[in-house]
Amino acid sequence: MKLKLMALAAVAALGLGTAAMAAPVKVGVAAEPYPPFTSPDASGHWSGWEIDIMNAICTDQKLDCVVTPVAWDGIIPALTAGQIDMIISSMSITKEREKVINFSDKYYETPAALAVTKDATFKPTAEGLKGKTIGVETGSINKDYAEKFFGKTSTLKVYQTQDLANQDLAAGRIDATVGDEFALQAFLDSASGKDCCKSMGALPYDSATLGTGIGAGFRKSDTALRDKFNKGIKDIRANGTYDKITKKYFSFDIYGG
Amino acid sequence: MIAALRPMMKTHRLVMLGLAVGAVAWCAYALRWDWIPTYWNNGLILTGLETTLSLLAFSWTIGLFFAIWLGLAQASGPWYLALPAKGFCSLIRGTPLLLQLWFFYYGIGSTFQQFPWIRHSWAWTYLREAWPYALMTLTLSFAGYEGEVMRGAFLGVPKGQLESARAFGMTRFTILRRIWLPQAVQRVLPTLGGETVLQLKATPLVATITVVDLYNVSQTVRQDTYVIYEPLLLLAAVYMAITGVIVLIFRWLEHRVPSKVA
Amino acid sequence: MFDAISHLFDPGQALGLLAYAPPGWGGNLLAGLGRSIEIAVGAYAVGLTIGIFGAFGKIYGGEVTRDIFGIYTTVVRAVPELVEILILYYLVPQVVNSILLSFGYDRVSLPQMPVGILVLGVVLGAYMTEVLRGSILAVPQGQIEAARAYGMPPLLLARRIIFPQMMANAIPGMANLWLNATKDTALLAVIGFNELTLTTMQGAATTKNYFVFFIAAGLMYLVISIVSGRFFARIERWARRGQPLVRGGGI
Repeated sequence: MKLKLMALAAVAALGLGTAAMAAPVKVGVAAEPYPPFTSPDASGHWSGWEIDIMNAICTDQKLDCVVTPVAWDGIIPALTAGQIDMIISSMSITKEREKVINFSDKYYETPAALAVTKDATFKPTAEGLKGKTIGVETGSINKDYAEKFFGKTSTLKVYQTQDLANQDLAAGRIDATVGDEFALQAFLDSASGKDCCKSMGALPYDSATLGTGIGAGFRKSDTALRDKFNKGIKDIRANGTYDKITKKYFSFDIYGG
Repeated sequence: MIAALRPMMKTHRLVMLGLAVGAVAWCAYALRWDWIPTYWNNGLILTGLETTLSLLAFSWTIGLFFAIWLGLAQASGPWYLALPAKGFCSLIRGTPLLLQLWFFYYGIGSTFQQFPWIRHSWAWTYLREAWPYALMTLTLSFAGYEGEVMRGAFLGVPKGQLESARAFGMTRFTILRRIWLPQAVQRVLPTLGGETVLQLKATPLVATITVVDLYNVSQTVRQDTYVIYEPLLLLAAVYMAITGVIVLIFRWLEHRVPSKVA
Repeated sequence: MFDAISHLFDPGQALGLLAYAPPGWGGNLLAGLGRSIEIAVGAYAVGLTIGIFGAFGKIYGGEVTRDIFGIYTTVVRAVPELVEILILYYLVPQVVNSILLSFGYDRVSLPQMPVGILVLGVVLGAYMTEVLRGSILAVPQGQIEAARAYGMPPLLLARRIIFPQMMANAIPGMANLWLNATKDTALLAVIGFNELTLTTMQGAATTKNYFVFFIAAGLMYLVISIVSGRFFARIERWARRGQPLVRGGGI
């Protein structure tokens, strides 16, 4: 079977080998609605702040970027295995991840925040969350954070996407969720989030788990692409495109200090 | 013992065995397994195994119970029982399990919270958890598939058996208990082994609704350690071992039940 | 009448979410359905190819061939499809790319569709091998021997004697596998492939209207299953022409 697979792969490779020259850059985006950064619209197109920024950078650097939705929990393996060439999915730059992939410079920064059900009266501390169920997204910095600070005294429920954790918060099946503040705020402002839930504000920063801002991910071997992307970030920050796009979605600057 | 080993004593099989041993040795040596002690010691691996096995066992038992009635209703029930039973089986068999699972958990499950009388009842403790939805969906699924199998089995029992039982004055229930059901069960045993394996293979889907089964544990390891293949390979090996045990159990069962059908 | 129905799909109406054009998700769902069917058909074709080779290999092949196919069918059928899909989904591009790199080519990123088709096809192939093998074995040995005795060449023997008789036995199993192929495409949702189930989930999550979307998708799958059920029943009747009907009893 292995042999057959290899043969098939070789055939596929020969067919694709010639087309590989001007190959488009496949940009992996987590296949989930993550407003206002990345979300699919009714016609199946992806839009949002991050998509606009990506397009601006790709135009600036003359890259042919194609959005490729992949599962969040497999997004790093998809990159290292070669299914995609770049990750743009609100991924924070952390030491652990940097052992496996390369990151661009940060292009925005968000604190972690706690959202709870509307009737909640407890404090957003380990003491207050004692015995509660906290929903987090798998493989996210917020999961590491929740594990580190609340894991001993609260029950963690791990979801495949942050959106599903939000959904279960609305359904009352969890008491709280830890997420990126900006995305969480977008949920709390939405029709379904307004009635059910409220924010308890940003959580205290922890550099070990929360990392140093959000960047694009690249394969270790792909330094050329990363350098181009970094140049692109600088260019759009300098020429005002970045701020113009940000104004469309936010009332404040999300680049951070 | 020697006789059992004889089929293995062929050159190409020895070569293949050697290759397999070599591959396993290479995997053990060249791949990363240092995460195993961590997840063994914190109990996650055993929790996952327990969840997978109990989901399989309970959904199998309850599902089969329903399947018998579904099969019976289709095989000889009046139309107002046969039709819904048939509809149920087609519905279950015609849609993906993943969709059913999401429908029950994210669809129906998220509506309960708006009713205060549900929120304040004892059931809310369970409705908040994910495993009841997983168990229910897996049970319904097994019932749907086996209902169809049982229908065939009931129809496969020779007419003469039932007619002579009736001629002896047995009541319908006695016929079912003493003649029809035992022979139908006998007929499905070989199929049931395969179906049980299929049910085992359906269980990993529950990980998508946050149930911590074996598959979910392997995903956790992959997320935490960024090791891509090793947890999946170990997972595949564990599922193969469970499959092996299931196959052995059913082989033993088939041995115990005399296979000659009159 | 038609007017009333078409108004159901207006924005703001219950089914407005499913309207064909945006802001309705109908067009997107149908596109997802199209991709699901495309994968299912492709995977079925791959599976059938593997199955034909596998079945003949397992019956008429040498000892080595038989053992290799034996291992393939046993392993594939013992491990959950989801796990296999996950392993192969990352492994296939990695193997392709390491071959390319070792020959001095650039790395390519494979399009998702063929990888999904190949992965599901490899899984289906194992089941197909068993279905076809069983149906070939059910062809009476005497018929094959008689044909051989008349000096029929192997290809003619396969075409005139084995194939027509095995078809009748193989079709129920093949029909089941086709349904499995359509339903297994949903597993690709877990790895983020935009087929019907994932599109449904995205629509449901975006609009927070889970029931409308799940029921719509369920109906689509159901229609596929019913239509293909009819289709296979018709083929089976054709394949079984001339054979007596078998019926069971009941209380």
